[in-house]
Amino acid sequence: MEQEFSYLKTIAPSRTSLIKGLQTVQEREGYISDAAIEAVAAYFQTPPAEVEGVVSFYAQFKRNRPGKYKVAVCDGTACHIKGSVHIKEWVSAELGIANNQTDKEGLFSLETVACLGCCSLAPVMSINGKVFGQLDRKSTARILKEYRKNG
Amino acid sequence: MADIRKIKVGMASCGMAAGAGPVFDFFKEHASQIPVIGVGCLGHCYAEPTVEVETADGQSIIYRDVEATQAAFDNIMSLGGNNRLIVPEARKKREMLKVTRLAGRIDPNSLDEYCANGGYAALKKALAMPPAQVIDEVLKSGLRGRGGGGFPTGRKWQLLGAKQAEQKLLICNADEGDPGAFMDRSMMESVPHQVLEGMLIGAYATGATKLYIYCRAEYPLAIRNMSNAIKQAYEHKLNVINGRELEVIIKEGAGAFVCGEETALIASLEGKRGMPRFRPPFPTDSGWMGYPTSLNNVETFANVPLLIAEGGENYARIGTEKSKGTKLFALAGDLKYPGLIEVPMGITLGEIVFDIGGAERGSVKAVQTGGPSGGCIPVELFDTPVDYDSLNALGAIMGSGGMIVVGKDRCMVETARYFLDFTHRESCGKCTFCRVGTTRMFETLERITAGQGELSDIAFLEELGPKIKKGSLCGLGQTAPNPVLATLRYFKNEYLEHVVDKKCSALACSALVDVKLDQAKCVKCKLCIKTCPVKAIGEDFAVDNAQCVKCNSCIEVCPKQAIRRVAKGEGCTHE
Repeated sequence: MEQEFSYLKTIAPSRTSLIKGLQTVQEREGYISDAAIEAVAAYFQTPPAEVEGVVSFYAQFKRNRPGKYKVAVCDGTACHIKGSVHIKEWVSAELGIANNQTDKEGLFSLETVACLGCCSLAPVMSINGKVFGQLDRKSTARILKEYRKNG
Repeated sequence: MADIRKIKVGMASCGMAAGAGPVFDFFKEHASQIPVIGVGCLGHCYAEPTVEVETADGQSIIYRDVEATQAAFDNIMSLGGNNRLIVPEARKKREMLKVTRLAGRIDPNSLDEYCANGGYAALKKALAMPPAQVIDEVLKSGLRGRGGGGFPTGRKWQLLGAKQAEQKLLICNADEGDPGAFMDRSMMESVPHQVLEGMLIGAYATGATKLYIYCRAEYPLAIRNMSNAIKQAYEHKLNVINGRELEVIIKEGAGAFVCGEETALIASLEGKRGMPRFRPPFPTDSGWMGYPTSLNNVETFANVPLLIAEGGENYARIGTEKSKGTKLFALAGDLKYPGLIEVPMGITLGEIVFDIGGAERGSVKAVQTGGPSGGCIPVELFDTPVDYDSLNALGAIMGSGGMIVVGKDRCMVETARYFLDFTHRESCGKCTFCRVGTTRMFETLERITAGQGELSDIAFLEELGPKIKKGSLCGLGQTAPNPVLATLRYFKNEYLEHVVDKKCSALACSALVDVKLDQAKCVKCKLCIKTCPVKAIGEDFAVDNAQCVKCNSCIEVCPKQAIRRVAKGEGCTHE
């Protein structure tokens, strides 16, 4: 196995742990690279195509390197009703990137998620897991600027 | 200073998002000798962050919108009158807190507190009965699956209990994927031991040897609290059932809505793509790795200690003929008091939306139950009792408990488009009708909301919907057309308006609106010009609708509310 993925050894190499394995890789690397697919396939003794199939099936797995700050705009039902369409547009404009993209500096990446489970605070977004609620244009821009300033 | 015994800060996800973290730290630092503890969710999400104080003489006072400031601290410590949470009388009257009795009241990470409030007494009581009698109590209670399916829990356990196998599995379905639902998250964050106790009782009743909790990875706090509860249960040997030490394993889901379906969830637990399969064989015959398996929802498990403690017959006194007990709902959308509520089965939709939710009469158009699998029920039918069968009859479903109130100024066609956008992407692709059919439905709705729909499109949707339901293997495809069919049934006029008049009277469908600046109200501050991302507003303060992308930025920044959406053609376009 490739040296860099040697931490996979902490997981039992049984086929039922494949998702756990991929989650571990993503936690360490931030995404699933081509090299990771090969390494995981070798470790779990399953064809790379099978691993790719599992990766592409689940929304959690990313094939692109995310930014330092992972912005997730919620588009769950409550947020949608409360205008998440506009939040998405404003964030996109503020960061200069579209959904599922990472900016050139590698500072921000943007994704839309189905529900963060904070429906009563709609509309919400999260940055690296921290949730910001009851967003409007002003607060959305302010939060992002703050993160940019802190670099 | 008043004689305060304990300070409790609501630290579930909602509370944390509203700023409970700094509040907790502030109180911890300043409250000197008085214990400050983090608790789960009280259900009053609109009032977060909340702080509850218990006094020596047994009073409990809850404060709302608490800030991490000296003023807020002083007010609370002197039992001041500011920011007290007054639960509306109507809500108090309608709600029935049984399953959530301890939620937000006890420290989720304290086994002692749970036990001091009657926790694990039901497990003890169950262990003194023969397993068959435990199942019998569950049958008598009439408890049905709270995940949305509504299958009798006792029946499922009976099937698993009757199996002889080397391994038997009991899986807790915590893959709460319905966007707009957060009951399971709240239960796991607030009363993890109650969920675990339900599972352990289930394991005893069915003879299960392996317990799994399949939880969304998006719920880190729920996972943390459940893990902690499991660890504590191990330490106190609560997991020793029939002389056997049971392992309880938490598996994190990887984000696939279809994994809420039991056979898909099992495939995912086996490390595969989460695709459903034909039934039979049912999981109770052949589930995880071929072993007999029963799946039950978080809320279902949370009900079990309750019904064992009070007895199945007593439990069944609440509710309707075929739907027993209480149900949790995640109430959100266009209403005053969003939050988590617990109500007896049989309560009407109107009582929930108006009395508990505080929505203004006349402001509500419909309520969406069951998320993307459910349907919109119009306000005219709000006398409908909330139970599995009544909601089905209206073309909606009970679902897991997401309940979104849709206001008068929302577009129902756009709402249907939104749900199909979700389901067509989440379709696993196995069944043609679901894979292609939901995509066609979505495309058709995109056309209609873009003002390019034709009358034949409506007929097409009406024809395709039932076919998708029939031609799909699992719950996703079988329910995906519901939002479209229900809106076609109750709000056909809105579809016709989009198709025939090319108009969206809710002004939600961007292709059918213009943006207009009212020169009379304008103070020429130029904020809109600076803000517009596409330079659609000229020096003459007129919005060029050919340029405008309808992002609402100018509407939000205008200090005079001089800019608004109008019907297409009513704004101007520069040549």
